[in-house]
Amino acid sequence: MNTQPIETGAIIVGAGPTGIFAVFELGLLDIKAHLVDILDRPGGQCTELYPEKPIYDIPGLPIVTGQDLTERLMTQAKPFDPQFHFNEMASKLEKTPDGKWRLTTDAGTVLEAPVVVIAAGGGSFTPKRPPLAGIEGYEGTSVFYAVRRMEDFRGKDVVIAGGGDSALDWTLNLQPLVKSLTLVHHRDGFRAAPDSVNKMKALVEQGAMKFEIANISGLKGADGQLSAVTVKDKDGERDVACDRLLPFFGLTMKLGPVAEFGLNLHENLIPVDTEKFETSTPGIFAIGDINTYPGKVKLILSGFHEAALMAQAAFRYVYPTGKLRFQYTTSSSSLQKKLGVS
Amino acid sequence: MKVKVRDQQGADHEIEGTIGWTLLEAIRGAGLSVKAECGGTCSCATCHVYIDDAWAGKLPEAAEMEIEMLDLAFDVQENSRLSCQVVLEAELEGLQATLAPGTEE
Repeated sequence: MNTQPIETGAIIVGAGPTGIFAVFELGLLDIKAHLVDILDRPGGQCTELYPEKPIYDIPGLPIVTGQDLTERLMTQAKPFDPQFHFNEMASKLEKTPDGKWRLTTDAGTVLEAPVVVIAAGGGSFTPKRPPLAGIEGYEGTSVFYAVRRMEDFRGKDVVIAGGGDSALDWTLNLQPLVKSLTLVHHRDGFRAAPDSVNKMKALVEQGAMKFEIANISGLKGADGQLSAVTVKDKDGERDVACDRLLPFFGLTMKLGPVAEFGLNLHENLIPVDTEKFETSTPGIFAIGDINTYPGKVKLILSGFHEAALMAQAAFRYVYPTGKLRFQYTTSSSSLQKKLGVS
Repeated sequence: MKVKVRDQQGADHEIEGTIGWTLLEAIRGAGLSVKAECGGTCSCATCHVYIDDAWAGKLPEAAEMEIEMLDLAFDVQENSRLSCQVVLEAELEGLQATLAPGTEE
C-alpha cells in the first residue's frame, strides 16, 4: 500500500472522454494530472458500453467509434504524460492543512493537488446486482460478482448466471475444479464468443455441467450461506442446490463515494457554475455528464467545452501568482513545444 | 397518443407518448423512474420492459442487437423488450408495458 502522497497539479476522477480531454486543456496551462478510474482502461462509457458503436456528433469527426475516439483522445493527451490509476475507486476526499486536496483510493493510493476535477460521468461502474430478495446478505460470502481467486471455488457447487463472455469464460475456467456447475441463462443463445459456447455445450453433453434455460427467481439459505437458487421457466420453479452464485449481467453506474465528498448534489448530479464549472466547494470542479447547470446537455462535446473553461479557472489555484496567458495552439510556439510538435 | 405503463412498484400510469418517438422517451417524459443509463442507445439493458401480450405481436421483431443486449437484463421473458428500441406508432395507441425489475433509478 502506497501511503506516501503523490503531489500533482490536478486530480481527475474519471478517465472517460471528458477526463482525458481535461488532461490536454490542463496540460496547455502547465498543469499535470493524475486520473483515477474504477475501470481497467480509459474511455469510460465509450469503451465500456459502446466501444464498437459509431458516434456521429463529435465536431470534426463525422463518424468515430467509442474505442477510436478514446484512442484519439489518449494520443492528444500523451504529450502531457497523464498518470492513470486504473482499477481504483476514488473513495475519500479531504482538505490538507496547507489547503490542498487529498484524495485516497480504495487501493490506498494517496494523491494531493490544489485542484480536483470530477469527470465521473454516471458514477462508478459496478456489477449489476440481480433484483433478488435478500441477495445483499449473501454478497461476499456466497454471491460474488468477480472471481478473485479460482481456488475459492474448488469443490463448491457453483451456479453462474448470464450469457456474455464473463459468464462463459468463468464457466469454462471454473468447471474443472468445482464440485458441480450450472449455467443459468434465459435463452439458448449467447452474446459470448461462439467458441466458448461450443465448449460449454460439449461439457453439458459429457455430463460435466448443467445448462438451465431459465431465470433465477430466488435465493435460499441462511446466515450468508447459500443452499440453493430457485430457477423459473415456463414449466415452473425448481431449486438448484449450490453454495456459490456468480451473476454476470454487466455493469451499472452508481455515484458511489463521490456522494460523500461534501459537495452539493442535485438528483445525483453536481451543480456547477457555467463560467468555471466549479462546484460549491472552491478548487473542486465537475465536468461532463456528472454536472448539472441550467441548459445542460449531456453530450461529449459539452464535456470538452467544460474542460477548457475549467482549466482556465484551475490555473488560479495551481499558480496563484502566475500570469494566465491565453494562446492558440495554431500560432503559439510555446504551446507547440509542450505538444512536442515544434 | 396514450400508453399505459406499470412501474416497478405495480402502480399504473397512463402517460403521453409521441408517434415516432420511443417508449423510453414517453416513460422518461412522464417522470417515471427508469435507469436507461446509456441514454437510449441499446447499450445497457436498464430500460427493460414487458409488453402486454395484446400488443407484443404488433411490434416489429427485436433486432439481434436488442436480443443480445437483453442478456444483460434480469428476468427476461418472451415479451421482454428494451423500451429505447420500441418506436411508438399510431396502431400502438393504448399499449401496455411493465417496467421490469432492476430498472429503477
